[in-house]
Amino acid sequence: MADQDRAIHVPPRPSPWNDPKIRAIIYQIVLIAGVVALGVFLVSNTLTNLEQRQIRTGYGFLDQEAGFFIGETLISYDAASSYGRAFLVGLLNTLKVSVIGVVLATILGTIIGIARLSQNWIVARLASAYVETLRNIPLLLQLFFWYAALTNLLPASDHAAEFGLNIFLSKEGLRYPWPVVEDAHIWALIALPFGIAGAVAFSRWARARQMKTGRQMPLLWPSLVIIVGVPLIVWLMGGAPSQFEIPEKTKFGHDGGAAVTPEFLALVLGLVTYTASFIAEIVRAGILAVSWGQSEAAAALGLRRGPTLRLVVLPQALRVIVPPMTSQFLNLTKNSSLAVAIGYPDLVSVANTTLNQTGQAIECISLIMAVYLTVSLSIAGAMNWYNRRIALVER
Amino acid sequence: MKFRHLVGAAAAALFAVVSVSGAAQAGATLDAIKKKGFIQCGVNTGLAGFSVADSQGVWTGLDVDICKAVAAAVFGDANAVKYTPTNAQQRFTALTSGEVDILSRNTTWTLTRDASLGMMFTGVTYYDGQGFMVPKSAKIKSAKELKGATVCVQTGTTTELNLADFARANKLNIKPVVFESLEESKVAFFGGRCKAYTTDASGLASIRAKDAPNPDDYIILPELISKEPLGPAVRRDDVEWFTLVKWVLYALGEAEESGITSANVNEMKSSADPNIQRLLGVSGDMGQKLGIDNAWAFNAIKQVGNYGEIFERNVGQKTPLRLARGLNATWKNGGLMYAMPVR
Repeated sequence: MADQDRAIHVPPRPSPWNDPKIRAIIYQIVLIAGVVALGVFLVSNTLTNLEQRQIRTGYGFLDQEAGFFIGETLISYDAASSYGRAFLVGLLNTLKVSVIGVVLATILGTIIGIARLSQNWIVARLASAYVETLRNIPLLLQLFFWYAALTNLLPASDHAAEFGLNIFLSKEGLRYPWPVVEDAHIWALIALPFGIAGAVAFSRWARARQMKTGRQMPLLWPSLVIIVGVPLIVWLMGGAPSQFEIPEKTKFGHDGGAAVTPEFLALVLGLVTYTASFIAEIVRAGILAVSWGQSEAAAALGLRRGPTLRLVVLPQALRVIVPPMTSQFLNLTKNSSLAVAIGYPDLVSVANTTLNQTGQAIECISLIMAVYLTVSLSIAGAMNWYNRRIALVER
Repeated sequence: MKFRHLVGAAAAALFAVVSVSGAAQAGATLDAIKKKGFIQCGVNTGLAGFSVADSQGVWTGLDVDICKAVAAAVFGDANAVKYTPTNAQQRFTALTSGEVDILSRNTTWTLTRDASLGMMFTGVTYYDGQGFMVPKSAKIKSAKELKGATVCVQTGTTTELNLADFARANKLNIKPVVFESLEESKVAFFGGRCKAYTTDASGLASIRAKDAPNPDDYIILPELISKEPLGPAVRRDDVEWFTLVKWVLYALGEAEESGITSANVNEMKSSADPNIQRLLGVSGDMGQKLGIDNAWAFNAIKQVGNYGEIFERNVGQKTPLRLARGLNATWKNGGLMYAMPVR
């Protein structure tokens, strides 16, 4: 019967011009052709114009000597290094701020988000005030505020405040002793991933054992011991070198050891406090999205508050939290380009200097864009992977 | 929905065509300027003595006066100028893209800029050099004592390169803190973040006069670590316009050398000196050769003054900047200012 009905109701094939499917394909082709043509037109026009005005083009300048200093570097760099290496230094500085910023903002944001749901009236109001103030003031202004506060409040560099243990704080930043790097340190660093792998293996084993026998194992402390312990043993086997480079007083302040500059401090402070206000709201929304009945059901089963949060509420809240969190991480990374305003040598700052010395604006801007695109896509990719892992498995 | 996309793409393409064809127009800059009735002049966003706008939006300064002199030469009206404040990074793009006709913005004449950025420098309006400013309390007498010091710099200038060159040559291990805006770099320096501030000596004098809480608490160190010949630049594709701007500069210098000022230029018209007659357009056809009115130099001198007057009015000893003529005196007075003969 059904087959017969369908046979009767099949409409006659429309002419290709009126066929919505074919039309859709034609539209797509025309659109793509238009976009490609526009791109080709713009690129060739730019190249012709640059050539007409006798402006140099190409990325050859990346091999040339940069000739300028960079205030803080994670890898060895001096004025004789190439522009390419200068870009790398700037990129690493950007990544340093982003990674530290993302970790701290997540911690601070989670605490404030939970505090906003607190039963304690004062704690909840304070958290609300924090969120409403911080997220409603432009980030650039906050950065200026932190930087002005740090440079004006800190003691002059030749009268640095000392906190004991050879830690000095002044307008030059925070300077502290740092171990003199030897082979044992590098081996310990290499051992760290093995420690982490060991901890993962241990937790898997503990889970399998619980499934089999029903007996629980404490997880947190043994994992931490494995993660820290493995590199520690390697370091001890390497002779436990523990010589520290101690900051020394110079004519203008201190030198040697390791240092955190006021620019870096102000940038991290600004980015973390600003982004944390958004993350707090995301965390709050995530927790509220899990209905109260779930907690009550868990309590009825005899679970204590800790396991309820860890095993029932959080896994469901994370599904709501992770996607918007991804965009906050992306925001923080991209906002770190405001560093240029307060003198932190990030990628944009280095590129600006390069741009001005070589005059090759299009090349420098395209490099900045490519780098931020790559970094952002990597973060988004990693977070999407994590999101798929924690997504509710429907059975 | 798809149709809307298509329309959007087409509109974007059309817009691109229109805007590109507008930018591609170059050719005779002077014709275009005469047609629109004013000169578009790229200046600094705010550097006391060189280019600064007051509360009424009136621009003054040495760099501004150069644009005014060119306008007086072309239109007989020194006020036929519109100003585009540019920062250090925008300035070259503003010039080469046609947004401004002259870039008169304390810009250093270097080979790279002259040869590879699509522009040409028309001359030198201020012989400068990069120096250091330090707080008096630091008791530093020479830039060579700045070993390991933190130095505040504004980006987008040759300053960073010079600083690095100087530090490398003298093994000083200087730590730069690089700012994008002049304002933030000044805040950081006067807040005590850096031991020294470096830029062109004229810029140091300007900043000390305008921004220091107490100008007497800061000293400018004697060393000049670089040569910074500052001057106006024009686009590379228009030699006529380049020649015109260049000769307006020479006319201002020639006027000072011959003792012609804005005050006496009327009387000087009846001078018996053939050189002065040619310069002021009483005889000869110097202006016509440049494609403008024969009274070009007369108008520029009358309305703006000769080079010496421009210098003293904006940055000289009676201004807050208190700059001495030094290298910028005429060659007759031991300086470097030497005007090519107008004949």
